[in-house]
Amino acid sequence: MSILHTVNKSPFDRNSLDACIRLAVKGGSVLLIEDGVYGAMKGTNKSDMVTHAMKDLSFYVLGPDLKARGIDEEKLIDGIKVVDYSGFVTLTVENDKAQAWL
Amino acid sequence: MSDIKKFMYVNRKAPYGTIYAWESLEVVLIGAAFEQDVSVAFVDDGVYQLIKGQDTTELGIKNFSATYKALGDYDVNKLYIEKESLDARGLTLDDLMPLTYEDENDNWAEKNSIRVVSSQELAELFEHSDVLFNF
Amino acid sequence: MKFAIQVNEGPYNHEASVSALNFTKAALEAGHEIFRVFFYHDGVNNGTRFTSPPQDDINIAGSWSELADQHGIDLVICVAAAQRRGIVDEGEQERQGKDGNNIASGFRISGLGQLVEAGIQSERLIVFGD
Repeated sequence: MSILHTVNKSPFDRNSLDACIRLAVKGGSVLLIEDGVYGAMKGTNKSDMVTHAMKDLSFYVLGPDLKARGIDEEKLIDGIKVVDYSGFVTLTVENDKAQAWL
Repeated sequence: MSDIKKFMYVNRKAPYGTIYAWESLEVVLIGAAFEQDVSVAFVDDGVYQLIKGQDTTELGIKNFSATYKALGDYDVNKLYIEKESLDARGLTLDDLMPLTYEDENDNWAEKNSIRVVSSQELAELFEHSDVLFNF
Repeated sequence: MKFAIQVNEGPYNHEASVSALNFTKAALEAGHEIFRVFFYHDGVNNGTRFTSPPQDDINIAGSWSELADQHGIDLVICVAAAQRRGIVDEGEQERQGKDGNNIASGFRISGLGQLVEAGIQSERLIVFGD
């Protein structure tokens, strides 16, 4: 059993990413979409929280949302995988349910 | 029956500032007729939905807090509240409306619907649900 | 695999409906079945045919209608949320005594039970919102 967590809020604006990390069980996946993609960047005051969470959770970020916001993949925390919408669909299939941290 | 699913409704938003709390409660009420295994979680600002003494008369909008008290009559009696969310907001159970149901398997004894759980316990409950509804 | 999609936000104000559209298209391309797209909260505003966005902007309602037309997917607008926000089909026009209707092609208005049923019938529920 595993959950695909989607986070669509900037971690600098809302607590969705914090809540997701607090309430996600080991082995789950987190996909950052929409303004959530800002949480994937390295060198921020949220990066350590994400890096720490990556010990238990797999992190992904939606490429089209990154590109729209002008975020270069080089600026991402090491180990976060970039997926497109087809990859998003695959993640929902690989996990047995989805939880949206709106 | 294999077609009974474990539904988990997840509430993370405060009432009145936005409509999400009220419209998600409407789903829970309608959903009760489908006889699934229903749980409702109150997390983060969602815990504010259950605060005692809500009074919207001066706003002129609907006060839907009493509707939570009807959940027990709809057999929705697993209301999980995350302790960490209460603590972070300086709240205790005493700040919340008492919500109860009558247990038909125990001579209709009145029982508490509210269960305060830790983040870890709630995370496990999410993990063991079949469908997570987010609003 | 059988998917249900829930859309909680209206078009333009929030990216949610665009994300939902893109996800739905990608799921169909991958050969999955979309059991239903359910529009709730301000999401019901996706279903009006009276929007006329500028030519260089996406036509969100039109894109949903096109998807419904091409793939026969079920686009359901919650009746309670629609009544609050003024999304009206012919039936609602008659019942509520309104002087017109504005529902876009491919959409239908129905009860919240349709969301619950989608949760029961589908293998995955994917929610897009604020």
